[in-house]
Amino acid sequence: MIKIDRVSKWYGPVQVLKDCSAAVARGEVVVVCGPSGSGKSTLIKCVNGLEPFQKGTITVDGVSVSDRKTNLPKLRARIGMVFQHFELFPHLTVRRNLTLPQVKVLHRARDGAEKKAMQLLDRVGLRDHADKFPGQLSGGQQQRVAIARALAMDPIAMLFDEPTSALDPEMIQEVLDVMVGLARDGMTMIVVTHEMGFARKVADRVVFVDQGEIVEDAPTADFFAKPRSQRAQLFLSKILQQ
Amino acid sequence: MNYHWNWAIFGELSPDGIHTYFQTLLLGTGWTLTTAACAWVVALVLGSLVGVLRTTPFPWAVRLGNAYVELFRNIPLLVQMFLWYFVVPEIVPRGVGNWLKQLPDASFYTAVVALGLYMSARVAEQVRAGTLSLPRGQRLAGLAVGLTLPQVYFYVLLPMTYRIILPPLTSELLNTIKNSAVALTIGLMELTARARAMQEFSFQVFEAFTAATVIYIVINIVVTFAMRLIEHRVAVPGYLGLKAPAAGH
Amino acid sequence: MFANFDFDVILRSLPYLFYQGMTFTLLLTALATLGGIVVGTLLALMRLSGVSFLNLPAAAYVNLMRSVPFVLMIFWFYFLVPYIGQWITRSPQPLQVGAFASCLITFTLFEAAFFCEIMRAGIQSIPRGQVAAAEALGMTYPKTMGYIVLPQAFRNMVPVLLTQTIVLFQDTSLVYVLSVTDFLGAASKIAQRDGRLVEMYIFAACIYFLVSLGASHLVRQLQHRIAIIR
Repeated sequence: MIKIDRVSKWYGPVQVLKDCSAAVARGEVVVVCGPSGSGKSTLIKCVNGLEPFQKGTITVDGVSVSDRKTNLPKLRARIGMVFQHFELFPHLTVRRNLTLPQVKVLHRARDGAEKKAMQLLDRVGLRDHADKFPGQLSGGQQQRVAIARALAMDPIAMLFDEPTSALDPEMIQEVLDVMVGLARDGMTMIVVTHEMGFARKVADRVVFVDQGEIVEDAPTADFFAKPRSQRAQLFLSKILQQ
Repeated sequence: MNYHWNWAIFGELSPDGIHTYFQTLLLGTGWTLTTAACAWVVALVLGSLVGVLRTTPFPWAVRLGNAYVELFRNIPLLVQMFLWYFVVPEIVPRGVGNWLKQLPDASFYTAVVALGLYMSARVAEQVRAGTLSLPRGQRLAGLAVGLTLPQVYFYVLLPMTYRIILPPLTSELLNTIKNSAVALTIGLMELTARARAMQEFSFQVFEAFTAATVIYIVINIVVTFAMRLIEHRVAVPGYLGLKAPAAGH
Repeated sequence: MFANFDFDVILRSLPYLFYQGMTFTLLLTALATLGGIVVGTLLALMRLSGVSFLNLPAAAYVNLMRSVPFVLMIFWFYFLVPYIGQWITRSPQPLQVGAFASCLITFTLFEAAFFCEIMRAGIQSIPRGQVAAAEALGMTYPKTMGYIVLPQAFRNMVPVLLTQTIVLFQDTSLVYVLSVTDFLGAASKIAQRDGRLVEMYIFAACIYFLVSLGASHLVRQLQHRIAIIR
């Protein structure tokens, strides 16, 4: 469903992605991990064209992201993205955060959009907060709303860019629970995260990125049991010490 | 377009019989710069004083400073100039009033006073903002070492304040130069007044105003450049300045 | 000193001062503010567009307006607008625009430069993540700007925009140089006709003072209520 083929990206003279290749099948959950600055966030942002890349191709459901003829907004509407800092629209209520994209991008009728919004808020456990503003919610609540907002577009795949990194520890679990639910329901997901517990629970594969390269790409069990590269081993040992 | 262009008008003699139009514009520029410079001195001195007053721990001083700023900020510059030029000579004791009315270059002195006081309120704002942006510990450290409050201001706070507010002060200096044009209403023959006079007598509207515009732009560039040089010269190594809010005009 | 202060002249001329003068002033202020914000926002978008073809002319215009005295610009537009009108409507004579129209055009276009800088600061203060989130949802540039960025930028900049309006209100007094009858012009006419400069100018100063002070006060109160909690 998502094919990343020999993608390279430069910021000026610095090469931040080096010949990265990976594939995500429908219904697969892939966790991307690696040290900070490794390029994992950049890589995931290339998938929906938020970051341009100079070499290689990425295709989502057959549509090439970098092709000039591709209608990017249309493609992006089919891919959901959840950001590290939630990025809810602070001047809109929770309800409107969910309905605005449906109405303005997907051109759905207002009633249908509202119904879907409430359905999704129910699913993430925040039905009673529909008319609050993001500033009145906790971080964990905001992130769950952000997931609902992405789901409201009925995406074929979801991208998560460090969804729990900006949360206080006691709120991480509520967000992970929602994500586990999504995975179990068969959503195709790419998740950049440090939460190895989550990876072990629902990820089908783990991709390890370091210094712009995909160093390892293995089924979850194999990755944790016997990581092949030394860098991955080092990384795991540091992370799992907690 | 029916307009008749004549760029040679600058070389022609103006109605006063002595100067070419170009020379009258230069004379006007001289008056603009002199008025602005003198007004700026007034503005800096008074504005710093009032700005400092507003940051002292004495409520009466703060209130006085605030009243000063509100007074000069809420009355249009033109109205202030009229007050100084037309009203003040009438309401002071007769002797002083008569002397004022007979002063040669009365419009110059009036413009300097009016413009200086108007801009001093804005300088006071900048000085206050700059001083308040300094870490509170600076004042305490100065006092702890035994300096009196005036000394703390003079040796510790104000040196940094002025460096921080150099960019917005540059803005205010440019505003002073631009606002000097308002004095044409009380008879000061500065640059804009000269351009207007040239337009009235020669009917070469666009040549006259283009020349004035170009001169103002050049002044702008020179002053901005000079202030930036000063900024570099006095910058403290390793200190990142404050981004002060944008001023009106 | 104030023995001869003639309050009567003020009372007598109140209708003229306010019906003729103040309405002109307030109308000019209101319309120029609206027009200025619209044009200013457009200019700000041009400057932030990254396209040189749009960026450079907008930047040049804004810098020009900010380098030159307002009074000079008032004269410029007063003489220029008839010729531009002639060129647009292809009439044989320069177009005669009324005093109010000429002033309105001047003030709108001049203040637009300042509103541009305010809106530019406002738009740039919106975190990049907001744009990323909007784009990730499939919004195009116009939708992102219209629904997400500009509403927030406006809300943040309302106090500064209103302060600039108060500056505009005071600047309307400069139409004096064209002998137009705004509030100050009206006061001046009475002053010269009745020989009562002291009374009229002091009165005018008081009115400007009270209106500006009152308005600034309201803006400060508004600032507290309108802040978007992030």
